Amino acid sequence: MSDDFQVTELAILSGKGGTGKTSVTASLAALAEKPVLADCDVDASNLPLVMSPRVRRREAFSGGLRARIKSGHCVACGKCEELCRFDAIFFDGPGNGRVSRTFRVDEFACEGCGVCAEFCAEDAIELSAADSGEWYVSDTRFGPLVHARLRPGQGNSGKLTSMVREKAMEIARSAGRKLLLIDGPPGVGCPVIASLTGVSLMLAVTEPTPSGEHDLERILALARHFRIPAMVCVNKYDLNPGLTDQIERRACELGATVAGRIPYDPAVTDAQRKCQTVVEHGRGPAAQAIIRLWNNLSRSFSNLQSQPSRPASVR
Amino acid sequence: MKLAVASGKGGTGKTTVATNLAVTLARHGQSVVYADCDVEAPNGHLFLKPEISRETPVSRLVPKVNPERCIHCGACARICRFNAILSLPDRTLVYEELCHSCGGCALVCPTGAITEAPHPIGIVRIGAAGPVQFVSGELNVGEANGTPLVRSVRQSAPTADWTILDAPPGTACLMIETARECDYALLVTEPTPFGLHDLRLALQVARQLKLKCGVVVNRATPPTIDLKQLCDAAQAPVLAEIPDRMDIAKAYSEGRLAVDALPDMQPIFDRLRARLALMWSANQQSLSSNSKQAAGASGEKISARHSRIGEAATAPPNSAAPAQRSPHER
Repeated sequence: MSDDFQVTELAILSGKGGTGKTSVTASLAALAEKPVLADCDVDASNLPLVMSPRVRRREAFSGGLRARIKSGHCVACGKCEELCRFDAIFFDGPGNGRVSRTFRVDEFACEGCGVCAEFCAEDAIELSAADSGEWYVSDTRFGPLVHARLRPGQGNSGKLTSMVREKAMEIARSAGRKLLLIDGPPGVGCPVIASLTGVSLMLAVTEPTPSGEHDLERILALARHFRIPAMVCVNKYDLNPGLTDQIERRACELGATVAGRIPYDPAVTDAQRKCQTVVEHGRGPAAQAIIRLWNNLSRSFSNLQSQPSRPASVR
Repeated sequence: MKLAVASGKGGTGKTTVATNLAVTLARHGQSVVYADCDVEAPNGHLFLKPEISRETPVSRLVPKVNPERCIHCGACARICRFNAILSLPDRTLVYEELCHSCGGCALVCPTGAITEAPHPIGIVRIGAAGPVQFVSGELNVGEANGTPLVRSVRQSAPTADWTILDAPPGTACLMIETARECDYALLVTEPTPFGLHDLRLALQVARQLKLKCGVVVNRATPPTIDLKQLCDAAQAPVLAEIPDRMDIAKAYSEGRLAVDALPDMQPIFDRLRARLALMWSANQQSLSSNSKQAAGASGEKISARHSRIGEAATAPPNSAAPAQRSPHER
């Protein structure tokens, strides 16, 4: 594939969780022509639940190091506890011949900075790679899916998110697939930033509630911060049409454009129960709205491509 | 009792449960703190509508290199596990956004060229919503790591009969930081395949943290066998079910608390409160009988920790105080 081959990256985000990111992403995957899919919500990955993936490749992931105190070597001097900034060291380890209690590292609080090991006079602290999870490349009925599973309680989800995105991009380039759909995590922190930086377009899915509005403003501010064009879709808009109007106006003031509205439709949950996307499930009101949403997004992709291309290495 | 309201999946109703439960507890004469630890997307204030009495900026420490003292030895870059320092032959560059504020670089610098300076990451707000004491953290947009801010919210929460911590979604750093020193986790789920899948993950985290937990089913339809089996296997009782009704969703969309907007919602939260209170007193009794048998090592650590949190409550960090203390302050 030549170097100027352009892959459009669409990140589906929301700020607030549970607004329908995954249901929308899955349906867009069904409507798009030859997409590659990336599930960047690595600690609560749900896209595979409607995609029935066949895993082709599976790789271990380590998010960093973890400290461990060898209780046999510890003389309980307390230097490690004094230096640790993460409250990760506790004085409740087993005793040895010299001291009745030793220090212990809480693996969940440890960030793997290695300061304790560096300053331990007895060389009693070892660092080893944390087993943080796995990432997968799978086949689905819509195309390749890259997804991951961060082991519960592990940190550094941003690094795993970046890895998922990079693998998906490699696949898109080598397979000549022009659209990469990114199902992002909730929030605005590290894995969201890793899902968003450098994408061609962000679609923010929200809902007409005070929380939905508040968190949409934050995700739009983040998109502006990284100069990513943003579109907005209010899901379950008929729950509060007045607030939907207000949210759409607010989104426009913040520089985004409205891509569509999706009504409340029991078919969305029903499709989920049948491991289907909403548009495969039937042609109810939500499915119709998602098709219109897709048409608007496709038009935006062609507008993006007619603009001067942005450097691919913004990340 | 410190109670984390958590869920694997986002949008299952953590804030609904946390805010309505806080108000219910206060109506039963308990002292209650609501602490919004979902610092990336804090929403509790939209429903509790607190009066804020104090806003405290929170920062974390990042290294500053004094070029006149730097001898370009590269020791700082070598100890940094996060690639936040690049040591070049003629200068030393710091990437603040990658820094985890461990302080290692300042400790190893042989010439004292590195000092640590506060880098603002967000704000902690303290106030009151009627009888409910309110604390909330808001991460600055563009900041990647909210962990120090969650820590700061936890430490700013005054002591009370009940501290309700509204956790961020997911099972990663921020959720762990919220739940770390809690006594109990209330996991909110919905009876959908996504909800069930993510509840399973949340139960795993709770088990790893050795945290007892119970489940609240939101948007409850007649319970599925899967959900019951999952909760039974994890010994996490279903403590409440909030029905799947349009009027509840509408009240939420109007920013109203369910217990205020809908008369039949108060009894649901009353029952939840009663069951939690019962469990808590049973737990206290078993704890006190245990501690009589084995007073010692772990008890000492626990009391030390609690007094530290107590200190933070009576003397909150002054403005721009770093969320993490430097070693010599300890």
